[in-house]
Amino acid sequence: MTSQVSRTTEQADGTADGTVVGEQRKPGGVKSVRRLDRVIIRFAGDSGDGMQLTGDRFTSETASFGNDLSTLPNFPAEIRAPAGTLPGVSSFQLHFADHDILTPGDAPNVLVAMNPAALKANIGDLPRGAEIIVNTDEFTKRAMQKVGYDTSPLEDGSLDGYSLHPVPLTTLTVEALKEFDLTRKEAERSKNMFALGLLSWMYHRPTEGTEKFLAQKFARKPEVMKANLAAFRAGWNFGETTEDFAVSYEIAPATTAFPVGTYRNISGNLALAYGLVTASRQADLPLFLGSYPITPASDILHELSKHKNFGVRTFQAEDEIAGIGAALGAAFGGALAVTTTSGPGVALKAETVGLAVSLELPLLVVDIQRGGPSTGLPTKTEQADLLQAMYGRNGEAPVPVIAPRTPADCFEAALEAARIALTYRTPVMLLSDGYLANGSEPWRIPELTELPDLRVQFADGPNHTLDDGTEVFWPYKRDPQTLARPWAVPGTPGLEHRIGGIEKQDGTGNISYDPANHDFMVRTRQAKIDGIEVPDVEVDDPDGARTLVLGWGSTYGPITAAVRRLRAAGEAIAQAHLRHLNPFPKNLAAVLKSYDKVVIPEMNLGQLATLIRARYLVDAHSYNQVNGMPFKAEQLAAALKEAIHD
Amino acid sequence: MTDVTDATEGLLQLVPKAEARQSMKDFKSDQEVRWCPGCGDYAILAAVQGFMPELGLARENIVFVSGIGCSSRFPYYMNTYGMHSIHGRAPAIATGLATSRRDLSVWVVTGDGDALSIGGNHLIHALRRNVNLKILLFNNRIYGLTKGQYSPTSEVGKITKSTPMGSLDAPFNPVSLAIGAEASFVARTIDSDRKHLTEVLRAAAAHPGTALIEIYQNCNIFNDGAFDALKDKQSAEEAMIRLEHGQPIRFGADRARGVVRDRLTGDLRVVDVTADNESEILVHDAHSPSPTTAFALSRLADPDTLHNTPVGVFRAVERPVYDVQMSEQLDTAVAQHGKGDLAALLAGGDTWTVVG
Repeated sequence: MTSQVSRTTEQADGTADGTVVGEQRKPGGVKSVRRLDRVIIRFAGDSGDGMQLTGDRFTSETASFGNDLSTLPNFPAEIRAPAGTLPGVSSFQLHFADHDILTPGDAPNVLVAMNPAALKANIGDLPRGAEIIVNTDEFTKRAMQKVGYDTSPLEDGSLDGYSLHPVPLTTLTVEALKEFDLTRKEAERSKNMFALGLLSWMYHRPTEGTEKFLAQKFARKPEVMKANLAAFRAGWNFGETTEDFAVSYEIAPATTAFPVGTYRNISGNLALAYGLVTASRQADLPLFLGSYPITPASDILHELSKHKNFGVRTFQAEDEIAGIGAALGAAFGGALAVTTTSGPGVALKAETVGLAVSLELPLLVVDIQRGGPSTGLPTKTEQADLLQAMYGRNGEAPVPVIAPRTPADCFEAALEAARIALTYRTPVMLLSDGYLANGSEPWRIPELTELPDLRVQFADGPNHTLDDGTEVFWPYKRDPQTLARPWAVPGTPGLEHRIGGIEKQDGTGNISYDPANHDFMVRTRQAKIDGIEVPDVEVDDPDGARTLVLGWGSTYGPITAAVRRLRAAGEAIAQAHLRHLNPFPKNLAAVLKSYDKVVIPEMNLGQLATLIRARYLVDAHSYNQVNGMPFKAEQLAAALKEAIHD
Repeated sequence: MTDVTDATEGLLQLVPKAEARQSMKDFKSDQEVRWCPGCGDYAILAAVQGFMPELGLARENIVFVSGIGCSSRFPYYMNTYGMHSIHGRAPAIATGLATSRRDLSVWVVTGDGDALSIGGNHLIHALRRNVNLKILLFNNRIYGLTKGQYSPTSEVGKITKSTPMGSLDAPFNPVSLAIGAEASFVARTIDSDRKHLTEVLRAAAAHPGTALIEIYQNCNIFNDGAFDALKDKQSAEEAMIRLEHGQPIRFGADRARGVVRDRLTGDLRVVDVTADNESEILVHDAHSPSPTTAFALSRLADPDTLHNTPVGVFRAVERPVYDVQMSEQLDTAVAQHGKGDLAALLAGGDTWTVVG
C-alpha cells in the first residue's frame, strides 16, 4: 500500500508537550475536531490481551498516514504471566507527530488500560489531564483487589485530575459479535481490535491497512477474520456515535520532517536483517547466519530465514558457540558470515571471537543488548555490553565495535560493520539493544544506486617470492595500507594453507613460538584495528557551548530530544554521538578537549565514560540509568542543565 | 567390507577431481611433524595421506578442520586447506563450512577429550544433522597434550595425575554414543592396522552424510599399551571381532567363536561355534534401518580387557543429508518466489512517498 504525502507547509519544531494547533467546531450534534502537533498513546493490558499487535497496527496506520513516529514496546519475559497481575502487564507506547520527533515520548497523553493491573502499572507515568480509556468490564472487585485497589479507582475520585473514559470494551465487543458463531471467550478476544477501532477513530487513522492485515492474518479462519473486522469497525463506530468522545484529533503528516523519498515504518531488528541481506548483495557474497535463539535477537534469525531466495543460509545451531563456530567456518569458505545474539551469548562466543581475531577472517557478531548480568532482564534494554565487546576475550584481541543510533539506523550500521569486516578481515561487534530492536520509526527506503560497493578480492595466486625465486602464497602477508591479510578460500588451486589459533609466524602463517614474533604479531593485530578508517564524529554546536554531551547507540533519540529542549530554553550545549567505539574517530580527542565539560549519558554504569577517561585523560562525567528503559528526554534535559550550570 | 553405495557418487561429484594423478607425497605439507616419537598419530597420518590419492579429488577442495589436542595438529601436516581451531568446536566450524560449500570434502580430526568432553554437544548434533563431514576420532583414552589426565573414555579406576586414587566416572563408548546420536555411519578401526584403517576411510569417504570413525590410537607416553590386547597378533585374534557386511560374525582361531542373539533378551553374546548353533550366528547387516543390532554390537566389548571388541563398519545407512537439503530449500525458495529482488524486499510492506 502506498500513499502520497506532499511537502507543502512549514511546521514549527514542537518541543513542548503536545499543543493544540487548531480547532474546528462543528454545528450542534456534530463532533469537533482538534488539530494537535503530536500525541503519545500507550496501550496496556495483560500479556495475553494482544497489546503488542494493537500497537503494531496503530503504528502501521500512523506510518502510512505520514506522521513521524517512534515506538516503545514493553513486555514481560514470561509468555503468559499470571493474568491480571502487575508483572503480567504488557504495553506499547507510540509517539507520533506532524514534525520530526526522536523518542517514544516521556509521558503518555492517552492511556488505554485493558484491566486494573494495566491502570495501576501505568498511571504513575501519566501527567494530570491525560486521557484514560479503561475497559470497565475488567474492573471487578476481585481483579482490583489482585493489584491492591481497595476501592475502585474509577469511582473513588483518585482519577479526578484525568479525563476518564469508562468504556465496557468487553461487553461492547461481545455484543458486536453476537451474530457470529463464537463462544463468549472467543468473542472477548477481539476486544483489542475494538479498542484499536476506537483509537483509530479518535485520531483519524486510515483503516485500510488494518483491514487488509486482518484479512491476511486470518485467511484460514474466516470466522475469526470476520469477527475481528467487525470488532474493529464496531470500535470505530462507537467513537463516532457515543457522546463520551466529543472530540477527535488530527495530527497532520510530518511533511517537512522528511526528505523527499519513499518511506516505510521499520523496527531495528528488521532494519538490521535487511542490512545484512543488502551487505551480502553489495559484497556479492552469500550470507550465512549461525545463530541460537535468544531474546531480543531471535527476530533477526526469523527474518533472515525467510529470505532463502537471496541465497541466505540460516543455521539454527545447538548452542551459541556452535552458532559462531558455523559462521566462522562459512567465513573460511568465503561467505559473509554473521552470528546474532544477546549479552549472555556474546559471553559464550568469546573464545571463537578470539579465534576469528587470530585467523583474521571477516565475521559479524551482532549483540542485541539486554539487561544483565546473567539472564538479567531479557525483554528490557541496556547498554552494558560495551566493555564485554571491547575486552571480553583472552589475550590481546582487539575487535572493532560499532553501534546504531536509531531503529532505522540499524540498516546502515549493518552495512558499515560488513565494510569493516570485509576490508580489514576481522570480526566486528555490532551493538544494538532491545529498545532499538523492537522500537520502530519511519525509514527512507534507499535507492540501490546509493548503496556502498562492498565487493572483495579473494586471493588467486602467489603473493610472495622467496629468496630462491620461488613464487609462494603467504596467508599472513598483509596489505600495506589496511594490514589485512589475503582471504584465500578453499577451492583455489595452489593456495592450500593451514591456519589456526596458535600464534603464527608473520607472513608464512606457520606455527611460531618465537617471542619477538609474538610481540610483533600482537602489536600488528592491534595496529590493524587502530588503523581502521572511520568517519569523524560530527559535533552539533550552534551556540558555541562549553558543555558537550557525548553518547553512543540508542541513547541518540533521548539525548537529542533533551538537547533540543535545553536549546529551546536558551541553554547552550553541544552534542556528539559515536557510531564507532573501536577505533574511536580520529577527531574525537580534539573534540573532547575543546569543551570545558563532557557529560556521557549511558544505560550502564559508565562504560563509555571509562573508555574515554582512560584513553583521552578527560574528566568525563557519567550520567547513568539502568532500569531497563530508555532515558526520558525531560529527565535527561534536567540532568544536562544541572551539568551545564554545575 | 567396503560396500560403497552408488548413491554417494552424487555427493562426491560436486567436489572437483584432481587433474593429474596424485601420490601420497602430494598430501604431505612442508611442516615438520611434531608428535612424540612412537605416537600412533604418525601411522594414522600416513594412512590418510596414503589414502587421499585414491579419492582423486582436487587437493584444493579438501579441508581438514580440527579442535585442540595432540590429534588436532593433524591439519598442519596435510597439504590441503586446513584449520586448527579451538577446543571441541571443530564439528561446528566444519558444519558451517560444509553447508556453505558443497564443492568441498570436509574432514574433522578430533580426540576423545576434544570430541567427547568439551565438544560433546557439537559432536552429537553434527551426527544427528547428518552434515557431509568425515570425523576421525583419535581415541587414546587419555589427555596427552595436557600431560596425562584421564579422559571421558578412560576405564573406571584410572590412576592419573588428576585421579591419584583412581577415576570415578564411567567412560563413554564412542560407537554407542554415536549410534545413540542418530549417526548414519559409525566405524571403528585401529592405528596399527593400516589396511583396515584404509578400508574404513574408503567406506567413510563414500558415505553421504556424517561419518564417524573411532580410531584406537596409542599414546606411548601417557597411556602406552592401552590397545595391546588388539595389537598383539595372538591376543588380537581372540579379542577382536572384524565386522564385514553380509558375513557371519565369527572370530578367534579357526573362527571358532561367533555372535548370536539371545532368544530371551534379544541381546547379543559370544558363543563357541558348534554344528548345532552355526546357523544361528548373526550375519552382520551394516545397512539395517534399525540401529538396535549395531548398538548391541557396540556393547559387546569389555571396556577393561577389550575382549570381544568389534572393529569395522557398525552402521552405514542412508538418510537425508543436511547440507544437501539446505541447498534444496534455497533452490525451492528461488523456484517459488524467484531470485531475491533487493529493491522489492526493502520497499515491502506499507509505504508512503514524500514529494518535493
